[in-house]
Amino acid sequence: MTDVLAVADHRRGDLRDVSYEIITAGRELADETGGDLHVAVISGTVDDFADKLNRDGVDAIHTVSHGEEFNHDVYTQTITQLYDELAPQYVLTPNSVNGLDYAPAVANQLDLPIVTDTVGLETDGDTLVATREMYGGKVETTNELEGDAVVTIRGAEWPAAEGTGDAAVEAFDADIDEDTIGSTVNGFEEVGGGDVDISEAELLVSIGRGIEEEENLDLIRDLADALGATLSSSRPIVDNGWLPKNRQVGQSGKVVTPDVYIAIGISGAVQHVAGMKGSDTIVAINTDPNAPIMDIADYAIHDDLFDVVPALVEEFE
Amino acid sequence: MKILVTVKEVATVEDEFEIDGTEIADQYLGADLNEWDDYAVEEAVQLQEAGIADEVVTVTIGPEDCEQTIRQALAKGADRAVRVWDDSFADVDLLDVNAKTEILSAVVEAEDPDLVLTGVQAGDDSFAATGVSVAENVGFQWGAVVNHLDHDLGDVVSVRRELEGGVEELSEIELPAVLTIQTGINEPRYASLRGIRQAQRKELDVQTLADLGVDESAIESELDLTDMYEPESESDVTVWEGSADDTAAELGELLRDKGVAQ
Ligand SMILES: Cc1cc2nc3c(=O)[nH]c(=O)nc-3n(C[C@H](O)[C@H](O)[C@H](O)COP(=O)(O)OP(=O)(O)OC[C@H]3O[C@@H](n4cnc5c(N)ncnc54)[C@H](O)[C@@H]3O)c2cc1C
Repeated sequence: MTDVLAVADHRRGDLRDVSYEIITAGRELADETGGDLHVAVISGTVDDFADKLNRDGVDAIHTVSHGEEFNHDVYTQTITQLYDELAPQYVLTPNSVNGLDYAPAVANQLDLPIVTDTVGLETDGDTLVATREMYGGKVETTNELEGDAVVTIRGAEWPAAEGTGDAAVEAFDADIDEDTIGSTVNGFEEVGGGDVDISEAELLVSIGRGIEEEENLDLIRDLADALGATLSSSRPIVDNGWLPKNRQVGQSGKVVTPDVYIAIGISGAVQHVAGMKGSDTIVAINTDPNAPIMDIADYAIHDDLFDVVPALVEEFE
Repeated sequence: MKILVTVKEVATVEDEFEIDGTEIADQYLGADLNEWDDYAVEEAVQLQEAGIADEVVTVTIGPEDCEQTIRQALAKGADRAVRVWDDSFADVDLLDVNAKTEILSAVVEAEDPDLVLTGVQAGDDSFAATGVSVAENVGFQWGAVVNHLDHDLGDVVSVRRELEGGVEELSEIELPAVLTIQTGINEPRYASLRGIRQAQRKELDVQTLADLGVDESAIESELDLTDMYEPESESDVTVWEGSADDTAAELGELLRDKGVAQ
């Protein structure tokens, strides 16, 4: 039991980036355990996906043709059957919204421990040392476990696997019990159209929970007007209904790449950073000098936004 | 229909803090109702107000101290609360997903709800796995990261699951089910004064592992928290110092240099 089984993620006909990253993470583990790296790809155009996943370091690819899109029962049943057949030491899945919809079920069914949202993994063949964050990124922890485990990996933490591999591609004949499928996907919808496209902006003034009250948002609007900038925000502002969904930057919002991104009263949670780390220059205004946003900011002001923003407005008016 | 909502008191951390072993030192910690659970409680209470649910029960794993947080959920409209605690938890650094699954599954079996709502994740340990794990364990259906829920008294709920990149999945899920609730699904209410007064009189039932018929060994975490530290910053951030006027001027100059503002 030294092999690693990594599960690919895809949606609406496309493999997602994390599918290539998980090959890298899986290969690293398999090198330590001395085993093979198996990749599973379930549902959709699996043969086409298998071609793309056949990159350096993959030993075998198991395709399971069943329906077009993700269904967590199909994934759970397939992965538990693959585990029984291949007996891998580690089952790796993306810590994506879909990953979180089946990985805990797989772990529970197989009676394995699960460690989620890992950002670093090491093993000596027996003990897995997983690095993950707590308290919204304020601390990092190491966690150890023995034996087999289900592990979900954070996207964009491992580089994407490249090259062309010579993996054996095999169709896996999963025995799906249709009677136990209790949920049906009826479709998808894009949200957050509307007045502006923040992904086109050159200068974004982005506000987070540090603004405290809806009334205070006027101050940020004034700033955006004075600078000729576009207004965007972190999730809590949208959750509160203070700005429409099309202004949300992040994993479940928009990905933006402006010349300058000014993050005001935003802590820099990983799901926010996922949407703005590609900005050319990042400026953070935050009272907390240790906020995670500081790790990716180019310039920072460790001060109260209610002092700094009015001064900036004044300068440009 | 009966709804069970899992409610967690999470630790909040001050801006400046120190780590003591594998924990943040007590004096830097506060306590709050888990943000995601607040939305789950609100969703349940709204289903009750719409005449769809007839009872909303909360369940918490936590020591006596967290009763003030549980009372918040009661003040917002939950009917009664269950709190599970056992002296054996006191020595555990981290209750892992399997341990929480065993405990919460026992409560689900005892309460026999039609719908279980949990938060997507807890703001402190961020496992985001307990809801789905419990569902699989008790043989319920499930849906993770739900940001819209329609229920018309049938035995199916229509939900939206919030995927990445502004895409939502529209699904139907058979009951009984566990749904993990995403922020933004509703607008959580503030507890009214009247609600707070009423909450004091609502039932808050404390259960031990023995009461639930859960063996102590079930909570032995397979995951060992071995180290906690502040992440090493790889940042080469330039910090502008001085008064607000000074720092604003620095930022102003940068924006003009980059040619993005007048
Ligand atoms: C599945 C999932 C998807 C998600 N998707 C997204 C997403 O797309 N986008 C997103 O943004 N989040 C997303 N989140 C939420 C994310 O985890 C964080 O909760 C959120 O980003 C926090 O927003 P914030 O930084 O504005 O608030 P907080 O984390 O509360 O930070 C507020 C910051 O303001 C600072 N501050 C307070 N007062 C002041 C002041 N007076 N002056 C200056 N600074 C001040 C504080 O120091 C703090 O750093 C998602 C979460 C999950 C679980």
